[in-house]
Amino acid sequence: MSRRTSPVIPGFGLTLGYTIVYLSLLVLIPLGAMFVHAAQLTWDQFWGIITAPRVLAALRLSFGTAFASAVINSVIGVLLAWVLVRYTFPGRKIIDAMIDLPFALPTAVAGIALTALYAPAGLIGSLLQPLGIKIAFTPLGITLALVFVTLPFVVRTVQPVLADIPKEIEEAAACLGAKPLQVFRYVLLPAILPAWLTGFALAFARGVGEYGSVIFIAGNMPMKTEILPLLIMVKLDQYDYTGATAIGVMMLVVSFILLLGINLLQRRIEHP
Amino acid sequence: MFIRRFALAALAGVLIAGPAAAATELLNVSYDPTRELYQEYNAAFAKHWKSETGEEVTVKNSHGGSGKQGRSVIDGLRADVVTLALAGDIDQISSRSKLLPDNWQTRLPDNSTPYTSTIVFLVRKGNPKGIHDWADLTKEGVEVITPNPKTSGGARWNFLAAWAWAKKEYGSDEKAQAYVHDLYKRVPVLDTGARGSTITFVNNQLGDVLIAWENEAFLAKKEQGGDQLEIIVPSLSILAEPPVAVVDKVADRKGTRKVAEAYLQYLYSEEGQRIAARNFYRPRNEKVAAEFAQQFPKLELVTIDSAFDGWKSAQPKFFNDGGIFDQIYQGH
Repeated sequence: MSRRTSPVIPGFGLTLGYTIVYLSLLVLIPLGAMFVHAAQLTWDQFWGIITAPRVLAALRLSFGTAFASAVINSVIGVLLAWVLVRYTFPGRKIIDAMIDLPFALPTAVAGIALTALYAPAGLIGSLLQPLGIKIAFTPLGITLALVFVTLPFVVRTVQPVLADIPKEIEEAAACLGAKPLQVFRYVLLPAILPAWLTGFALAFARGVGEYGSVIFIAGNMPMKTEILPLLIMVKLDQYDYTGATAIGVMMLVVSFILLLGINLLQRRIEHP
Repeated sequence: MFIRRFALAALAGVLIAGPAAAATELLNVSYDPTRELYQEYNAAFAKHWKSETGEEVTVKNSHGGSGKQGRSVIDGLRADVVTLALAGDIDQISSRSKLLPDNWQTRLPDNSTPYTSTIVFLVRKGNPKGIHDWADLTKEGVEVITPNPKTSGGARWNFLAAWAWAKKEYGSDEKAQAYVHDLYKRVPVLDTGARGSTITFVNNQLGDVLIAWENEAFLAKKEQGGDQLEIIVPSLSILAEPPVAVVDKVADRKGTRKVAEAYLQYLYSEEGQRIAARNFYRPRNEKVAAEFAQQFPKLELVTIDSAFDGWKSAQPKFFNDGGIFDQIYQGH
């Protein structure tokens, strides 16, 4: 990306100023207020709150299930994007539109519907019950809800990149003797990897903070299926604002470090 | 804290202010299961106020978890009146925001609770596990559904009802603690609210018995067509008193004190009491209570003040971090 001589949107000062004001109002000030509020605690108090066994169990659960669901969606998402980009078949437009539905649906509705299906007495749950598989009210159920809610991210980030790769490039690779797996590894993968990572990061970040859909299917048992956002709600219901912000700050810091890591990884891929 | 409060207050102001209407508008901030009750009552009160004074009044209602609703008022939601699940939540509004004096509960009759409810059991058709009283909940193979007392006001009443029975039955705090410990070990899912637990029990068919508000149990039974579920009244339960109060400073600022006070007082009238009873809340008025005697079986009821020395001491002892409820799940 070299410096363009005549940008389409003029006025670097104006646009940068707008960006900063916008980000401050929407992101920086609310998050900053959270840090200021948490600063009422001494370091020992803060550390005591975020290392309580229940909080640590919830931390493992929240980040673990968010990670698992982001991995699942990364595989399935690329597959879906591939099918939608490379093939034409009746009903493709409808399937394409359906991908975004998890975003449109209120998350609580999704949670209640999934629980009804996967509970031991539900349509699918009753089939799995004899096999000894329990989904609702276990970490599996939480992962399932997160897979549902974060489905569009990977599909929508990878899809346009795939669409931009001309079919001829794959054909050329094949003519030069590349096997299908090699075409994927050396031609397609380098092109889609940055977008793929973005989709993964978005899905993961969304999964960590998700509350509405998870709360119905989780079971919410302390130490077992209690997610971090629920612990924040629990603290708020005791009017313990400071304790709630302490957990919030911890989630924010952990998420930020992970997202920063993914960003750096992306950079190294784009500019090796 | 300040920034957040300010932002919320501004937002709430924008949402509620709107264009200046000729009719007075009240905002009643309430908890979840009162939806049907206040829908009917608000219409009746508007009619009553019109015939009494000739003025138009519309009452808007906001519903949600009791604690969350209390926090919204603290953060600046301009409620003229609050009708919440626990006196403790209104105490918090009073102590944290000073919007109403701390003796608010003495201003209206009967502890400022015009209607009451209690905690009963809902079981499946034919009562297959033979559940008749609290002792049966800890029988071999019984699964119990109740929401999380940390996030649900109703669940706190459930917990305290179980405690009160066990304490009377077994005679000591230690034994009561052992009983609730045993009881909560049988709970497979801790939903965040009373409605969530009802869905878990009724729609998802989980568990053998649901511990529920009496009004919620009636409602669930009605919605199921009445023959799939049975209500079991235990030998002893707790008198759940969901209190009501005018939020003084908001009402004064909006100039709605007179109508807000009348709104709450009318709840004590025979008409108001009948509406409460029709929506499965126990009326205070003895005449109306007699009319609905069939619907509400008599049982021994303890109160939060007599058995637990009020919410101010029950909340920290049982439900705050590290309290008796948390101890059940320690050492997992």
